[in-house]
Amino acid sequence: MNPNKKRLRRSMMFLNCQKPGLIKDPYIYRPDSIMLDLEDAVAEGEKDAARYSLYHALQEIDYRGVERIVRINGLDTPHWREDVRVCVAGGADAIRIPKVESAEDVKRIEAAVEEDEKAFGKEPGSMLLMAALESAMGVMKALDICEASERLFGIALSGGDYTKDLQTVITGGGVELAGARQHMIIAARAAKVQCFDTVYTNLDDMEGFKKEVEMIKMMGFDGKSLVNPRQISIVHDVYTPTEKEIIFSEKVVKEIDEKKAQGIGVFTVDGKMIDIAFYDGAKRVLELAKASGVYKGDM
Amino acid sequence: MEILKPAAAGTLESSDAMVTVEPCEEGIDVELNSTVIHQYGNEIKKVVMETLARLSVQNAKITVVDKGALNCTLKARVECAVFRSNDQKENLPWGGVIE
Repeated sequence: MNPNKKRLRRSMMFLNCQKPGLIKDPYIYRPDSIMLDLEDAVAEGEKDAARYSLYHALQEIDYRGVERIVRINGLDTPHWREDVRVCVAGGADAIRIPKVESAEDVKRIEAAVEEDEKAFGKEPGSMLLMAALESAMGVMKALDICEASERLFGIALSGGDYTKDLQTVITGGGVELAGARQHMIIAARAAKVQCFDTVYTNLDDMEGFKKEVEMIKMMGFDGKSLVNPRQISIVHDVYTPTEKEIIFSEKVVKEIDEKKAQGIGVFTVDGKMIDIAFYDGAKRVLELAKASGVYKGDM
Repeated sequence: MEILKPAAAGTLESSDAMVTVEPCEEGIDVELNSTVIHQYGNEIKKVVMETLARLSVQNAKITVVDKGALNCTLKARVECAVFRSNDQKENLPWGGVIE
């Protein structure tokens, strides 16, 4: 398995490949991933120009460990094949496939990536994939899509197109997205891949944004697509475990390890009943704390 | 490559460059207008000439209006203008003459 498949992806910031000023130094904002966009943000007549900018940015700019994902154009356009070629040749870390509605869509991109990895002398399997679900059909096929390729690290909801397909609009409250969010996170967890929430476009309502991030974290999402650097620190703050959570998780891991050796299955930690079912959750909290730079322990 | 017809790429936004190529009977004629011409004029010309050499362009009139573009952006705009002058937008030689 590609070791980057499970990396931390709390924040995925969209950047327009048509704008050199945007893609030259986004690492200063320290998102976990950048989403270099060849699709909607790029005008139809500038698709070729965006690819040259992308290629040289990938080759020459040191993004300092920030993951470089490229959103290519959809399979219903004449652009996607050349997009895949430039992503592989340029050495992007992953491709975001838009408007995915079936496992077959993912497999078509996978076949193109395989062909291009051979053609450009890249390590087989080095390019990861993620799928954006933007329609009722895509959401209904979420589990098939999650299981379509060993390269696929996750799925993302694209709320704008999805609500259009549902014949409704984004309200800000989230009721119109509730079913898709719940369904997608369950499918992603069943397939053991990651799940990412849609963008929040009202930049004048940072309080509303924070509430939405808190909600999607509670639902189990791994992170969120972002449209502005101001949103990054809010996401990271919400996803950073508190000191209380870290101390409790350390105790849970330690006690479960010790009690298991003694043949004890159920016990209490700080007055709470604990058994083996808490182990993975506590480990995840510590991993997130480490990745967020607030835990230096060795558990 | 030959410059078959006039073509342009880029914008006049900050950190970008507008590059125009036109057919020319003999040699390379570079016209540069830059906000940082005194500090980086020679470097910009060098990047433009190296990019044209990589693409084997021997005859061209090229106009660059630079707005503080990085070298990678200058290369991207020159390459785009040259390939547009040949109407080639697919099966591009990534990792070949585009390096």
